Amino acid sequence: MGDDLYREHILDHYGHPRNEGTLEDADISNEQSNPLCSDVVRLDIRLKDGRVDEARFTGEGCVISMASASMFTEAIQGKTVEELKALQDEDMFKMLGVTLGPVRAKCGLLPLRVLQKGLAHWEET
Amino acid sequence: MHTKTNLDPVALRADFPILAREIHGKPLAYLDNAASTQKPRAVIEALSEFYSVHYSNIHRGVHTLSEEATAAYEEARDKVAAFIHAPKSRGVIFVRNTTEAINLVAYAWGRTHVRPGDRILVTEMEHHSNLLPWQWLAQETGAELSYVSMTDEGRLDLASLDRLLQGPVKLVAFTHISNVLGTVNPAQEIIARAHTAGARVLLDAAQSVPHMPVDVEALNCDFMAFSAHKMCGPTGIGVLYGKLELLEAMPPLLSGGGMIQRVGRTEAIWDDLPQKFEAGTPAIAEAVGFGAAIDYLSQVGMDAIWAHEQELAAYALEQLEKTPDVRVIGPPAEGRSGVVAFAVESIHPHDLAQMLDWEGVAIRAGFHCAQPLHVCFGLGPTARASFYLYNTREEVDRLVEGVQKTQKRLGVSR
Repeated sequence: MGDDLYREHILDHYGHPRNEGTLEDADISNEQSNPLCSDVVRLDIRLKDGRVDEARFTGEGCVISMASASMFTEAIQGKTVEELKALQDEDMFKMLGVTLGPVRAKCGLLPLRVLQKGLAHWEET
Repeated sequence: MHTKTNLDPVALRADFPILAREIHGKPLAYLDNAASTQKPRAVIEALSEFYSVHYSNIHRGVHTLSEEATAAYEEARDKVAAFIHAPKSRGVIFVRNTTEAINLVAYAWGRTHVRPGDRILVTEMEHHSNLLPWQWLAQETGAELSYVSMTDEGRLDLASLDRLLQGPVKLVAFTHISNVLGTVNPAQEIIARAHTAGARVLLDAAQSVPHMPVDVEALNCDFMAFSAHKMCGPTGIGVLYGKLELLEAMPPLLSGGGMIQRVGRTEAIWDDLPQKFEAGTPAIAEAVGFGAAIDYLSQVGMDAIWAHEQELAAYALEQLEKTPDVRVIGPPAEGRSGVVAFAVESIHPHDLAQMLDWEGVAIRAGFHCAQPLHVCFGLGPTARASFYLYNTREEVDRLVEGVQKTQKRLGVSR
């Protein structure tokens, strides 16, 4: 059976998610669902001195979207707001370390979309 | 020889070039027919031949190509009319798809007939395309949108229908066959009850016309909608069937060339049916392809197709229900169409669909454009396998094996 997507590290993050939960005092907080139906990710980020101090996620969905969210909360630790804004789709694919087709890509990109919406909202307020 | 149950899917597969494809090195098992269907060589060649030999714009040219193209286009309309037993071809309007057909009725009939305080009835099992146009219509006209409820088994609760028909119901819009549950609704009965209550009926036949014999006169529906691509035909063309007196009284949705008798500076006189609703250059080649699809299906036999799918659905239900931690949604096999939606404990359908893809098996994952239905059953997204004339028992076996493999591989609990 194809092992392309379900590598050890993906299944590890899915089975043992890191930083699961919410933050009472989050600076950036947003929730989005996947247009490919049904995956939902919420991100809460607390900033300190302009950098990510703590990040948590909650959600429900497929292995890719949940593993991606878990990996994302680790990947953004310590990043500045500018660095967060500069994140691209490519960075998510590199982080995941697997190739996703255009349809399944939406699952992997979901946490980034949540961050982008969250950042936009935070800037407005 | 084609008797009721004597359909040979293996022989029919040879008619479909795409079914010879390999996916990840495995033979393709295409089980996503409720979403769309594959095309036989006869349809592909009909399109190609039309463009190579007969193509021109239609209805206006006097030159040979235009005459040939017009004849081919109108012949396709006649074929559709005959296929659904419509009394007259001009009651068959070519549109883009089922969604457009329903929107056309909501716009052209709904806005001129539905008043504040009227009731529009839909059901809890509708596809979004037979729900959203009525939500909009209700919001715009001040009408009330009510839902016929489902039983736990996934059938329509006719007692609920009768209760809701007590009020000032203008329209009942319901699906003939559910694209998730496989439920075949007692359409003739529902239409009769709706008419007794003074309501018109729109039948969403997207999942029925491709799979079973459908007779609009016997059903007595006021409107019916379906798509070519779900019945071996090309994309980009579908049908709104309507009773002539209704269509004649309806204003068009789109205006422009091709649907007028005379145009002045300030006003125009619309053309007769069906041209009134076919503004602009239509999907000409697609209509011809659609006609070829109907020829193909008629040759195979709709009774034979229906019997074959029911057999596959029964087999799939039996095998899936034997698999631990698998829940099939919808009614039991008896009289059910070849649509089987199911949920696998702690495996997300995206991941199941991905794993099955690596085995060459194509299914659908998500809400299948029926979110209210899933909410009623307390379900998250589901997996869906749907069969057609070219699917085999062996493909059902591969589906079930794939489910079991996925359970072993991804059976992590969070």
